[in-house]
Amino acid sequence: MLLLDLDRGWGLLRAMAPETLLTLWALALLLDAAWHHRDSGAQRRAGWLALAGLALSAAATVWLWASGAAPAGLSTTIALDRFRYAVDLIVLVAAALAVLLSVEYLDREQLRIPEYHALLLLATVGMMLLAGGEDLFVLFLGLELMSVSVYVLAGLDRRSPASAEAALKYFLLGAFASAFLLYGIALLYGATGSTKLQIIARQIGPLGLLTHPMLLAGLALLLIGFGFKIAAVPFHMWTPDVYDGAPTPVTGFMATAVKAAAFAALIRVLLEAFSDVHALWGPVIWWLAAVTMVVGNLVALAQRSVKRMLAYSSIAHAGYLLTALVADSMAGAAAFLFYLLFYTLMTMGAFAILALKGRGGERDVMVDDLAGLGEAHPWLALAMAVCMLSLLGFPGTAGFIGKWYVLVAATGAGYPGLAAILVVTSVISAGYYLPVVMAMYMKPQAHERAHAGVLVPRIAGATLAVMVAALLVFGVWPNRVLDAARAGSHAFIPRAMTAAVTPLPPAGAP
Amino acid sequence: MTPLAGGIADWVGLAIALPFAGFLVNGLLAFVAPRRRALVGAVGVGSVVAAFLVGVAVFLALLAAHPAEPYVVTLWSWIPAGRLQVDAALQVDQLSVVMLLAVTGVSSLIHVFSLGYMGDDPGYARYFAYLNLFVAFMLVLVLGASFPVLFIGWEGVGLCSYLLIGFWFEEREKADAGLKAFLVNRIGDAGFLIAMFLIFKHLGSLDFQAVFAGAPTALAPGGATVTAIALFLFMGCVGKSAQIPLYVWLPDAMAGPTPVSALIHAATMVTAGVYLVARANVLFAMAPVASAVVAGVGALTALFAATIGLKQWDIKKVLAYSTVSQLGYMFVGVGVGAYAAGIFHLVTHAFFKALLFLGAGSVIHMMHRAYHHTGRHADAQDMRNMGGLAAYMPWTARAMWVATLAIAGIPPLSGFFSKDEILGAAFARGAAQPFYYVVWAFGLAAAFLTAIYMTRLMLYTFHGPNRTGEAERAHLGEAPGVMTWPVVTLAALALVGGALNLPHVGTLEHWLDPVTEASAAFLPALAPAPGVEIALMAAAALIGIGGIWLAFRALHPETLLPPERAPRETGFARLLLEKYRVDEAYRAVIVRPLVWVARNLLWRGLDAGVIDTAGVNGSAAVARGLGWLGSRLQSGQVTSYLVIFVLGAIAVLAALLHPSLSAVYHLWAR
Repeated sequence: MLLLDLDRGWGLLRAMAPETLLTLWALALLLDAAWHHRDSGAQRRAGWLALAGLALSAAATVWLWASGAAPAGLSTTIALDRFRYAVDLIVLVAAALAVLLSVEYLDREQLRIPEYHALLLLATVGMMLLAGGEDLFVLFLGLELMSVSVYVLAGLDRRSPASAEAALKYFLLGAFASAFLLYGIALLYGATGSTKLQIIARQIGPLGLLTHPMLLAGLALLLIGFGFKIAAVPFHMWTPDVYDGAPTPVTGFMATAVKAAAFAALIRVLLEAFSDVHALWGPVIWWLAAVTMVVGNLVALAQRSVKRMLAYSSIAHAGYLLTALVADSMAGAAAFLFYLLFYTLMTMGAFAILALKGRGGERDVMVDDLAGLGEAHPWLALAMAVCMLSLLGFPGTAGFIGKWYVLVAATGAGYPGLAAILVVTSVISAGYYLPVVMAMYMKPQAHERAHAGVLVPRIAGATLAVMVAALLVFGVWPNRVLDAARAGSHAFIPRAMTAAVTPLPPAGAP
Repeated sequence: MTPLAGGIADWVGLAIALPFAGFLVNGLLAFVAPRRRALVGAVGVGSVVAAFLVGVAVFLALLAAHPAEPYVVTLWSWIPAGRLQVDAALQVDQLSVVMLLAVTGVSSLIHVFSLGYMGDDPGYARYFAYLNLFVAFMLVLVLGASFPVLFIGWEGVGLCSYLLIGFWFEEREKADAGLKAFLVNRIGDAGFLIAMFLIFKHLGSLDFQAVFAGAPTALAPGGATVTAIALFLFMGCVGKSAQIPLYVWLPDAMAGPTPVSALIHAATMVTAGVYLVARANVLFAMAPVASAVVAGVGALTALFAATIGLKQWDIKKVLAYSTVSQLGYMFVGVGVGAYAAGIFHLVTHAFFKALLFLGAGSVIHMMHRAYHHTGRHADAQDMRNMGGLAAYMPWTARAMWVATLAIAGIPPLSGFFSKDEILGAAFARGAAQPFYYVVWAFGLAAAFLTAIYMTRLMLYTFHGPNRTGEAERAHLGEAPGVMTWPVVTLAALALVGGALNLPHVGTLEHWLDPVTEASAAFLPALAPAPGVEIALMAAAALIGIGGIWLAFRALHPETLLPPERAPRETGFARLLLEKYRVDEAYRAVIVRPLVWVARNLLWRGLDAGVIDTAGVNGSAAVARGLGWLGSRLQSGQVTSYLVIFVLGAIAVLAALLHPSLSAVYHLWAR
């Protein structure tokens, strides 16, 4: 057990080792990129360096987890709990996948921009702050660091008007949402006198704030701000346009890591600071989840373009994740972590395969264009089929287990109605996932060279293979990951329960 | 602690594992190296012979120990579900070891025969893979220590039977025959399942030991429960062992390769029903009504199938109906409480019927080759195309005569003793219940017909002038050694197999005592008085000899015409040739109405009309329409997005602030 005093520099530095290391690494990478910008292959080298940085940060995270670091007193800046580490690792994995799937893509699309990788790392730092922040300002800082980096990444392809439009739209609407969030933080500070989550939690009861309009308005504005980042309906309108316009690996990164980090922050805020007023925010999240699942799935049905379909699919999945959140329980947090990990893999995989099939932003790839892929590229089609079935929640894939645990958490917490909506909308989602599989295997190629342009480069191919294997293996053997997810959810043992648990005597005590 | 623990008996699972490994290897070879015939054959035959050796070792261990209780080898916990605890367990006892030896022994010989018979077939590896899988499942069936494990084997052999009947699935007729076998068996299996449910409900277990030990106290002898259980079990047996009214699949099953007919549809799988009744002898003995049904159905089937056998021209069809008839005998045996006699007849029948099928296989093989050489398309299985083959295939002819005499019940061949014991037990029971005199009379009549149709088969196939054709005659000859010596080995067994259970010595009967003694309290196996017994034996022998004599007198192979020129049969003979038109009757009464209801009411009406149109397509159209509406909102204009955003924000704010705002309002109002 490692006790860290977060009020002193050295303790804080060690508690934030993963973030600190990654920031320094990103800055060094930026310098390197400035120096070698014109070199051919600079982009590739930057990619490998970024991977090394991510590995370093992951190692630091694992070290913190393994050393059992705990704060001396309240943790008021950054959390030292397994939920943070688990989300950190998921985000780092997502970033590493994005790097692996981008390296060859950027070469192919003639986007020789080494800074891409530095931006990716900085966005990741922001996400890690979101996962661990114990102070609303730390969370806001992380959110902005992440958002600004991603605005730039979305507009990376300067020759593409769609990419520029995506970046601008994302920025405008994102600024709008950030204002809501910031105003919410201000109101909460006004109501409770603090921006620190654990202190807010302790203030609500004694100050009699349970129905105080200032607190409630602040909470509402906070929900709206986060609702934008996780693309919950009705704050989702930007998503299809931005996802559609951004370069595909960036889209994959946005749909997984960005969403994961924003979700993690939302969960931390709600379960740590506002667990006592669950009766107030519970119904709001309930409705957000229901509307998000219904709208996301229904509108996805009407899409012909694969990229837009996947964009709406990721909206629908935000609804499933919100369902896990409504439960306001450890089971819900565990289901959330498990689902998040495999949602990341399957969504990233689907976007990566789309990137291999299309050209120039992949906006023009229709579902019917995949016809006959099963014959022309059997392995690629298999990978896509696994991703689609897993997104659908087909038994035998990790997506099924994830959905199952979300359902168990929701019904266990007494929300059978929401569970029913989840099941019904999942059935609807078969209406747009299965046509992809059907097109690949049951329709002939449009012409003989319909898939002639599809080349599977080595790195992307190997990465995809590992992802698909993980989806299948953990679909039938999920126990290890489930245990890890349960451990991660222990961060949110309800306070009433922690009080009841008496600490064990030290091992060496006579 | 039983003396078997720690010995070879613990390894009895090997007998199943070896053929199963053979199935895996040959199944793989069928895909990767189908031309490695030597390897395929070595694996196929080797694994079954090895299983036989395991069987012999287990038998010797059991012989030394001769325990009163079955020895159960638990492999792993299979279904741990609350009250229902089923282990994957095997049972070594006197009955299962007899079956183990009979199955692996006969299987070994038939595997060897197949090396020659299937030698030219492109599906060689697939064939041996299926055959090995069959042996593995058959051993699961006979070794299983509980009803569910037995059922796994029961369904597994059904699957293999289906796969092997339709082995030449390119021909529609043969694939259909496989399907028919599969479907008809399902009817019986439904009964088996219901029986298992009832057993679990009333006895709380499905393990053989627990069920058979608990039944005499937990169930009322002769009561409705035990009668229902026994009758439902027998329903499964009727399907699997081809008794009236579910026998119709077995003659069609002859579409498979002939060694398959010998192994699955004569010697082993079809006798599983008899084994099941013998295994569950306590339950049947406690239900006299069910036992009477078993004996009655058996006797009726024995006579009925024998009459059809009289007029068939296809050599395999004759043997198929003969098998149905002989299975009827076995059910008479287990129905009258002579369980040992039923099993005895099962074993001797395995010898001589496997021999007959293999011999017929040799004949068909050579006929086929002859027609293949000359390019003529004639039926290689029609006896009217044969005749005089004894001159070309002397060893096959001799061996088949041995089997014919055995099945006709001529002393001192094996069939005489086993058949006589069954008839004697039925006659002895008749003293108390005259119904069994009828059973006995049916059995005797069937024995008479058996002697006639088997002699007819031999006369038309092997004697008289040859009708194969001038050009083909040059290509006729004895089958290769790999096919002949299994036949000759079986002939030796058919000759001396009766020694297993001679009257008054009763080796097998005493051997099986530990298995059957529990039922003896309810339904003891009776034997006729010594004087009567001699008379019955003499009568049975005379009946057999009389049948053969009559066949020789009445049939004239010299005047037989090839099928093209044969006159049409009329009257009762025609009805026999057309098998009493039972298939046609089933089609008209059961199949057609069922298909009509399924097609017009369930499919077109309910499924296509209601569910598809209103349910599936309707809801899909609604969902698509809503989705289209939603995507209309996606205009691409940031301002419109903001409007929706703000509306959403207002909704969230209102939802959270609504209670406190109203509180504030009330504050003011006061």
